[in-house]
Order: sequence, then structure tokens, then C-alpha cells
Amino acid sequence: MTWETVIGLEVHTQLATKTKIFSGASTQFGAEPNTQACAIDLAMPGTLPVLNEEALRMAVMFGLAIDADIGKISAFERKNYFYPDLPKGYQTTQLEKPIVLGGHVDIELADGSTKTIRIHHAHLEEDAGKSLHEDFHGMSGIDLNRAGTPLIEIVSEPDMNNADEALAFAKKLHGIVTSLNICDGIMAQGSMRFDVNVSVRQKGDELGTRTETKNLNSFRFMERAIKKEVERQIDLIEDGGKVLQETRLYDGDTDTARSMRSKEEANDYRYFPCPDLLPIEIDQAYIDAIKASLPELPEARHQRFMEQYQLSSYDAGVLGDDAATANFFETAVDHCGDAKLAANWVTGELAAKLNSQEMQIQQSPVSAEQLAALIKRISDNTVSNKMAREVFEAMWQGDGEGGNDPDAIIKARGLKQVSDSGAIETLVDEVIANSAKQVDNYRSADESKRPKMLGYFVGQIMKASKGQANPQQVNEILLTKLKELL
Amino acid sequence: MSIDRSDIEKLGELARIAITEENIEATTRSINEVLALVDQLQTADTAEVKPLANPLDATQRLRHDEVSETNRRDDYQPLAPAAENGLYLVPKVID
Repeated sequence: MTWETVIGLEVHTQLATKTKIFSGASTQFGAEPNTQACAIDLAMPGTLPVLNEEALRMAVMFGLAIDADIGKISAFERKNYFYPDLPKGYQTTQLEKPIVLGGHVDIELADGSTKTIRIHHAHLEEDAGKSLHEDFHGMSGIDLNRAGTPLIEIVSEPDMNNADEALAFAKKLHGIVTSLNICDGIMAQGSMRFDVNVSVRQKGDELGTRTETKNLNSFRFMERAIKKEVERQIDLIEDGGKVLQETRLYDGDTDTARSMRSKEEANDYRYFPCPDLLPIEIDQAYIDAIKASLPELPEARHQRFMEQYQLSSYDAGVLGDDAATANFFETAVDHCGDAKLAANWVTGELAAKLNSQEMQIQQSPVSAEQLAALIKRISDNTVSNKMAREVFEAMWQGDGEGGNDPDAIIKARGLKQVSDSGAIETLVDEVIANSAKQVDNYRSADESKRPKMLGYFVGQIMKASKGQANPQQVNEILLTKLKELL
Repeated sequence: MSIDRSDIEKLGELARIAITEENIEATTRSINEVLALVDQLQTADTAEVKPLANPLDATQRLRHDEVSETNRRDDYQPLAPAAENGLYLVPKVID
């Protein structure tokens, strides 16, 4: 049987405003619990919400960036449900008249082709607070600092057919909102959260029953949750069962998912227009002004990186799709002047390190300026690439002698590369003199075998130099000297 | 439309309102009276009437994105039935 997977995404994106969507309380992350929850956020009687103009502007920016229509008249509605992290008993959101209608995001597939993912709409709404479920004498603790943080919920059409496409879509969205500077994109702080709708069907059949897995807060968890759910649904149907329409919870720590509630007992949200908020009316001039000031978007940056820095399309994508990575790269290039090396280090050593620690580039303990300072020492031959990796490791740890400063680390560890050809020649001569047998073998060997035999000599020379000889020079001088002996 | 006793029990649970046994009959009757009024309103012909979310002929005012609220946790928290370590405490919620 040929199964086809159908995936739609709802993406909650926290907007990078200074204050809440309807109150003047700060949205700064990491404050003491409830110190940024004002009377409006706490739903005190008699308070009235007033819309943050910046949240509206950011939502319009997003709409324009994805070629959507902007709702010239949009309105807020109340979505009623009970949960202690929602003090009003309803979430102020948009349903009938959202601010962003339609639009599309194009993703690149593994085979290099492009696929268009349609956006159904995106709407403005408020975030809820946070429940802390660790035990307080049998009770839960509630922190309402996050309550009222502005969100846009971006709702895609079910246009994705596997986890890779969903991942590419999510990353593209991340690149767009961070490039627009309307979201800080820090996943670990919940700045972007995904709900995935998944169903399977036989190719050509009607859509199958879908399930929704909620609140996935990393790309990896999203990918895992989709793969697991697709497997579960196919196994279930092949065993003669039926998929139930339900909400599911995925736990990234244990890589397991479970049913949260089925649609039969689903909440009736009793949406109705919010009487506290009047319709929002915007005119074409407002939209045009925002359109004229849109910053560079990932696709344009991708192109520019290929042209300006002579990067491959792949490297330009890795460096250009995400705004924070692009900024890091360009800052490093500004400071070291070597785009090729900077690209290698950001996509290589740095990316590997970030990946292994599950960190985003904003959290890198090595700054772009510090990396650039290290790259300069490679360019001017102070250190070899190998030494540079050791220095980088020390910079990353940051707790040794020299801290994060590459020059101090190079000095403290005596890592200076020897590029003085006289000194290297002496080393090469010594090693050749002490390796009579290997030299004989080299001379009698077939020419095609000789390159492989160089490894021994290089190893001895590097050892004699305590790893500090410039490897390129060692190779050149060694070859010349051995040739003289033939 | 009218509702019966079991609907009221379900609504009471959803709304987290304890409706006592002696109240349930009266509550059902009152709510049915409200529903009858709604039914009456439904008979009005609104085919030519544009939907109205708000009676004011005005649009939403916007606020500058500047922090205007200070930390008043110490004023708000004593109003809650239980608070600890700066957190509001609520009965355990299990999903």
C-alpha cells in the first residue's frame, strides 16, 4: 500500500515588542515570577485592553513578507476556555477577520526543487501564562509574566507531505520572522511553538482523520513527533483500527506521545466579538509605508551571499536563511576580512559545536568578533587550522588561561605556528637523517606509492616541532628535500 | 431551543460552578426563559442588516509600545487565595 501523509502547521510566534499586546507591562524574558503581570494581564475587574501599535505593525510586516492580503478591517474575538494560566477565562484572539489572509512560503526540497506552502491566515492573539507543575503542597504554581505577550499564530494549509517538508517550512518561517526582526527566534525561550496536524491516506483517497500534536518547542521535537505520529497512524490502520480525531501531547525527553483529549469532549470555545476592543482599521498608506521599509528577507540574502562572498548555494543557504546566523557571519567577515574562512568556521566548527550542545547561535559563548580574531590568526599564519581548533575549543570553554581571547590563549599555550622556513628545513633535515630505512624505502618505491609514504615523515617532523610547524611549508620543503635524494 | 437538567449539570461542570441539588430546577427554568427570549429575537428578519460587533461608530485606538506598568506584585498577590515564592497557587491541573 502506498501511504500519503498530509501535514498542516500552526505556528505560535512571539512578537518582539517591548510590552504586552494589550497592556504596558514588559515582555522581557526571565523576570521574577509575576513581576511583569499588571492589572490588565491579571484580568482585574474594570480594566480595559488597548492594542499595542507595534504588535499590529509587526503582524502587517509578516503578511507583506509572505505576499498575503492584509485585512484592512480586522477584529478581536474571545475564545472561551478555563485554565488557570488564562486569568480572564478567555483568550483574546482573531477568528472571522484576521489581520493576515493567504500568502505563501516557498521551501526548497532535498532534490533542489521548490515547493509552495500556502498560508491560510495569520492572526494576532495573546499568549497565556505558565503553569509550573512541580508540587506546592499539592497545588500548581502560576506565573503570569507571559500572559498577554503578543503572538501571531500562523496557520498553514495542509500542503506538506512529510516531516522534512514540515521542518523546511518551520525553518523558513523562522528565517522570515527573525529577518523581519519581529521575533527573536529563541526556541529555548518559547519564542516559536508548533502545533502539527497530521493525517494519512491511501494515495488518491479523501483526507484521513487528523490528530493535532500541540506545543512542540524545537525543530527536532517537531520532526520526531511527526515521524512518530505518522508511524502510529499507519500501524493503527494496517492493524484494522481507526484514527481518532484527538489532541496529543509529545514529550521530547522520553520521545513518547499520548492522547490529551478527544474531540468528542472537545471544548466549545464559544467565540464572540470582544466588546472591549473596537475593530482595527488600517489604510493603504499605512500598508505601503511598511512595505517600503521591509528589511532584507532570507531569499534575497541567500542570493546576495552567493554574489558578494562567492559562496556556494548550499553555504549561502546555511548562512543566509537564518537572520542570527547571517548577522554572526557578516560581523565576523567585517572583522576578519576573509569570507571564505569565516564561512568555513561558522558552518563547520561553530555549527557542530552548537548542534552538539543544542544551542542557537545567539547563545554561542564565542562571539562573532572573537571568532574573527581567531580567523585573522589563521590568515596571517600565526596558527595552523589544527591549532585553531584547539584555540577555538578553549575559547568555547572560556574558563582557561586567556578566557575567550584567542591571542591570549595562543600565547598562554605557546601555540604559535613555526613558519620560519630555515627552522623547518633544519627539522626536515634532522628527520631525514634519522630515518635512513624509510628514506631507502621511499627511494625504491614506485612513484605512485610515494605520496602515501610521506605521512610518516610529516608525522615525525610535526612531532619534532611539537605540532607547531606550518604543515603546508613542511610538505613543500619535505618534498623538495626528498626529491634531491632520488 | 430548550435545555434540560443534564445540560445544566454539564454546564456547571464546564463553568466550574457548583450548582446544588435544590438549585438545579430553578436554574434550568431561568436559563430556559432566557433561551425563549433568544428564540424570540431569532425571529427578527436581519437579512438586510449588516453584522455589528460594536455599537460605537469608531475604530480601535492604539497604544505606543512603551513600558508603562511597574512591578506591583506585592499589591496584587495578597488578593489571591494562595501565593508562594511569587507564584499564584491553584489546585493541581492535570491534562
